[in-house]
Amino acid sequence: MSNIATDLRYEVSHPSPTVTSIIPIIDDIVQSFYNTEGALIPVLQSVQNLRGYLPEEALKYISLKLNIPFSEVTGVVTFYSYFSTVPRGEYIVRVCLGTACYVRGGKEVLSAFRDYLGINVGETTQDKLYSLEIGRCFGACGLAPVVMINDDVHQRVKPSKIKELLKSYQGESNE
Amino acid sequence: MLEITINNKKLTVESGITILQAAKTAEIEIPTLCHLEGKTPLGACRVCLVEVEGTANLLASCATPVRNGMNIETNSQKVRHARKTVVELLLSEHKGNCQFCDRSDDCELRELAHKVGIRGERFVVNEEAPALDESTAALIRDSGKCIKCRRCITICNEVQQVGALFPQYRGYETEISPAFARELETVACVQCGQCAAVCPVGAIIEKDHIAGVWAALENPDKHVVVQTAPAIRAALGECFDYEPGTLVTGKMVTALRLLGFDGVFDTNFAADLTIIEEGTELLTRLKKALVDKEDVALPQFSSCSPGWINFTEYYYPDFLPNLSTCKSPQQMFGAVAKTYYAERMGIDPADIIVVSAMPCTAKKFEAERAEMNDSGYQDVDYVLTTRELGRMIQEAGIDFVNLEDDAMDSPLGLSSGAADIFANTGGVMEAALRTVWEIVTGSELPMENLHVKPIMGLEGVKEVAATITGAVPEWSFLEGVEVKLAVAHGLGNAKKLLEKIKAGEAEYHFVEIMTCPGGCIGGGGQPRFTTDAIRMARIGAIYKEDEGKELRKSHLNPEITKIYEDFLKKPLGEKSHHLLHTEYKQKELVM
Ligand code: SF4
Ligand code: SF4
Ligand code: SF4
Ligand code: FES
Repeated sequence: MSNIATDLRYEVSHPSPTVTSIIPIIDDIVQSFYNTEGALIPVLQSVQNLRGYLPEEALKYISLKLNIPFSEVTGVVTFYSYFSTVPRGEYIVRVCLGTACYVRGGKEVLSAFRDYLGINVGETTQDKLYSLEIGRCFGACGLAPVVMINDDVHQRVKPSKIKELLKSYQGESNE
Repeated sequence: MLEITINNKKLTVESGITILQAAKTAEIEIPTLCHLEGKTPLGACRVCLVEVEGTANLLASCATPVRNGMNIETNSQKVRHARKTVVELLLSEHKGNCQFCDRSDDCELRELAHKVGIRGERFVVNEEAPALDESTAALIRDSGKCIKCRRCITICNEVQQVGALFPQYRGYETEISPAFARELETVACVQCGQCAAVCPVGAIIEKDHIAGVWAALENPDKHVVVQTAPAIRAALGECFDYEPGTLVTGKMVTALRLLGFDGVFDTNFAADLTIIEEGTELLTRLKKALVDKEDVALPQFSSCSPGWINFTEYYYPDFLPNLSTCKSPQQMFGAVAKTYYAERMGIDPADIIVVSAMPCTAKKFEAERAEMNDSGYQDVDYVLTTRELGRMIQEAGIDFVNLEDDAMDSPLGLSSGAADIFANTGGVMEAALRTVWEIVTGSELPMENLHVKPIMGLEGVKEVAATITGAVPEWSFLEGVEVKLAVAHGLGNAKKLLEKIKAGEAEYHFVEIMTCPGGCIGGGGQPRFTTDAIRMARIGAIYKEDEGKELRKSHLNPEITKIYEDFLKKPLGEKSHHLLHTEYKQKELVM
């Protein structure tokens, strides 16, 4: 029973609006993984899917619910570049800097994105449209350099073509 | 059994052991760094590399099991070169300066670098050291010195089951630290200092109180007294190269006088006081439960160990009513020193400075708890660890080994053997039994040499039960009652016991918990490096101290009788309540 109920230890001390609204959903997620070994990563993934990122308050709540030390939870979150603790844009641009992409111009592609979007790696544009991240090999090395935008893989990306590439997404979101 | 060869020496060894363990049986030394005896090998540092015939790569001997027919070289040219490079790489990440480092006398990295023949810097990384983490009362973390061996994670997570420290971020950015590489006070660390006890370098150390103590001693207007915990007399000698388990009580007293303390006293006196208060509290709880049928929290938990108090406040708030309200002996001493002693000596308590010498880092935290000022002043001003006291004695140029023995001062220096054994796991329980049994039955605890065998030793959770017979009229309700007792040391073991109690699988009347493995003799402030063998040696010394005393029961201590007659009046009385007892509050587990 106690595992289903919202964790009171948390609610009493953290009445934070960013998280209170999703607490019941986190409870459901945790419930579905309850007592499974290695529940932490799938729980984190599901919660990140809800919000696009993992608010710190949510991590604290997950730590209490799963009875995993907070430092261990953040250890996992900060280990995988997949997880983010800050809000991200609608489109996540991940430039591969794996060995093949790196030698075939990945670095130039990255700096082109940086200049064009006016943000650094790990940041999000003001309009919350794009976030810029680095990837480590998407398994398409033959067609390097590779860029992923959300779930789409783009191959042989040229720095000169990134404006066009991004436009296709902006168009989509305006529709 | 397996046949293997190490350095051309044929050996027959048990299967299932590691190459490192096999080498040890043949007294072949392989240098290690991250390895912790008896704990799951991490293979994190690669210092213990060896060459195995037919294997292309060198293998970490601490994490590789032996196989039949293995031919191992621990000191080939290839091994020596690789080992040296491994240590050189560790040094390149290490931002430290041995001359100014707390660990320069016992640093495992410095020693290792010397041993493998490093005499210069090969890989130079010019980076500024990150800021120190001085957020807690007990500890200082210097992540610049951290070599990521992960010993602290093993201790904090597996042994203490607190989990305050984990690797954060990845690759080159990895830090072994609290959540998001923030400060220690942002997580539920209990300040036990077990991480500082196992860290091979100066990356986690106790907060220095030496400077404050020197300043107090040098101030002619202050009356500076010191109290010494029982556990340090069995360990301080190690700072002066005595064999572990050597008692140095008398020399310690002389050294403290030479340092300039105006009164050299014993925390043991306060331990005897604790037994009177805590024993009375237990009997009162039992009476409420069995006679008055009141709702009262049982089992009663001991409350001497500040890391354990923190642990309950963070992790088991439901059990807060079970904690004895008794302050720890350190805090009882401080409160009594600035009232009773001040009165007796005619000294203004504002001019009294109480210094403690403790095996513990959490005691630094405890002394600074906001509620620990019942004397009207901060009851305990400074807390030195055993290591710090050793260092002060060295700084003062005192030739410790050649000192004469001396005895503690009166009135807070007299104590029973029961107080001595507060230093080790099972000791508080045994001390309480010696007194409570005698109060209830009017006769001596019927056990050989007054020792309670089932709760002695290093077993993680220990239990004992005894049926009371021959109760005197006042305690007749206890006649025939089977008193059930349990003892745990190390917070992981405490957790096991608590979960059992919570699930209703076990019932006890009194439970003793000590935060550190082995109890205070294995405290986070003791000389490094504490192994189980050293724990047993120190415990042996403590029992020797106890058995060597005429006075072995707290309630027979004449100074205790006197303090009740002249000052406190009665156990759990109004004055005791005010000075010797405290209360606890739940703390937020995530902040
Ligand atoms: S930790 Fe060791 S190697 Fe580093 S500065 Fe201190 S003594 Fe020197
Ligand atoms: S002091 Fe104790 S609880 Fe805190 S980090 Fe160190 S081992 Fe963990
Ligand atoms: S703090 Fe010390 S024990 Fe922990 S990983 Fe760093 S060097 Fe090792
Ligand atoms: S001691 Fe074996 S890898 Fe560190």
